[in-house]
Amino acid sequence: MPNPQTPTDSIAQKASVPADLPRSGEERVVLDDTAIRRALVRMAHEVLERNEGQSRLYLVAIPNGGVPLARQLAENVRSISGLELPVGILDTTLYRDDLAQRGERPPLRRTEMPSAVDGRIVILVDDVANTGRTIRAAMDALMDFGRPSGVQVVALVDRGHRELPIRIDYVGKNIPTHARELVILRGRDGGLEPPLEVVVVPRGGDA
Amino acid sequence: MIGRDLLGIEDLDRVDLERILETAERMQEVGLREVKKVPTLRGRTIVNLFFEPSTRTRTSFEIAGKRLSADVVNFSPTSSSLTKDESILDTARTLDAMAPDAVVVRHKVAGVPKRIADALAAPVINAGDGAHEHPTQALLDLLTVYQEKGRIDGLSVTIVGDVLHSRVARSNIYGFLKLGAEVRIAAPPTLIPPAIETLGVKAFTSLREAIDGADVVMALRIQRERLDGAYVPSIREYSATFGLDRNKLRFAKDDAIVMHPGPVNRGVELSHDLADHRPSVILDQVRNGVALRMAVLYLFAGRPLAAAGEA
Repeated sequence: MPNPQTPTDSIAQKASVPADLPRSGEERVVLDDTAIRRALVRMAHEVLERNEGQSRLYLVAIPNGGVPLARQLAENVRSISGLELPVGILDTTLYRDDLAQRGERPPLRRTEMPSAVDGRIVILVDDVANTGRTIRAAMDALMDFGRPSGVQVVALVDRGHRELPIRIDYVGKNIPTHARELVILRGRDGGLEPPLEVVVVPRGGDA
Repeated sequence: MIGRDLLGIEDLDRVDLERILETAERMQEVGLREVKKVPTLRGRTIVNLFFEPSTRTRTSFEIAGKRLSADVVNFSPTSSSLTKDESILDTARTLDAMAPDAVVVRHKVAGVPKRIADALAAPVINAGDGAHEHPTQALLDLLTVYQEKGRIDGLSVTIVGDVLHSRVARSNIYGFLKLGAEVRIAAPPTLIPPAIETLGVKAFTSLREAIDGADVVMALRIQRERLDGAYVPSIREYSATFGLDRNKLRFAKDDAIVMHPGPVNRGVELSHDLADHRPSVILDQVRNGVALRMAVLYLFAGRPLAAAGEA
């Protein structure tokens, strides 16, 4: 019997980029693949330094953008220290605070939590931090899986328009943006295959 | 495009079906957690309005709603006076005044959920109406087949039994055809709906021809009262001709699965052995029913009404 997780990708392929994006030429690349790799190496060092002597770390990616980043962070941690960190994926959609305001339900993404969170320091990994609402949702979701001994947050990009008292512990790059701009991590063909880049896209019209 | 109500599979297109099935696959993960509850529909109210008794479907909707943190209220008017149109709508309007976020309706008369939907502000989900449709049953069947076979497209599906009176058959015929399967039905001539082939299925009165090379064989429940001679001569004869057992199943593909919407009349639609063991997947169907109904409630219930659109 096929694994319920496996065929899912084929039943309805999802682009990681919103479909209503303008295809204008005004987008600008703020982090290219080399810069992303460098940031992930630096953040792996920072995570190890801050959690020195702690082997019970657990990287939990927020899909979709956090997934390739968490995998690369785990790889970097392994090559620096030899530590094998578990990597989980935690969808926050069912915990969003704006569902009652939206007419269309957002698609659910995969959740895979291979290890228990009890007693571990969980490091949430997101691509772009902004209002803090996704991190809030992720923390609520995480608590449904157990009682971590601590929660820290990695974001490749921090836009800084915080609406909740949430702190990002490890930031790849602070990027001041207009609230009306979109910041997107993307790979080849709009998916998340490397080489990756982060682009800022002006949101057209009255979006 | 998913509308306000879920009244039948006939109204959905392929994209809608795939969206619901994919959402259900994600919901399955919630059912594997130690804490099987997410806050998604907190503060929302779902009314199960069942004019016809059904413990299984009602319980499945109830568990699904509770796993999404909705308040679920069961309302099961049993009085026969409620079969009158006016009192049905009166009941529905009374409920509507209590501002539910979704109403799940079952009624023995085809078309009642649609009539209630027309009278209500809340989204209506059809949990079975007469011999018309039972969309969530067909969706959980599609999910079960998809996860067993890895695809729907190109499969050969045979539905065996009382197709004439079966909303499960009708919804499944629409669903499997829309997702690209081939559908055959097998039944005594009295239980084959006239003009059923216009839907795009092939009808057979020989079980063997109908299941030859099938990937999926779905047996339908037959109501005892239909076995009194009006439609088929006797239980014994029905079971001998259309009851599935391992011997008859050998004409299907080697890896064919057997399905049944339950509850099974053991020894009638399915042999005792088949009812309980592979290749039957009846308990998977039940299990998938909860995740599927969570998906349906997520997609249909508790959206702002203006934005949800008028279906």
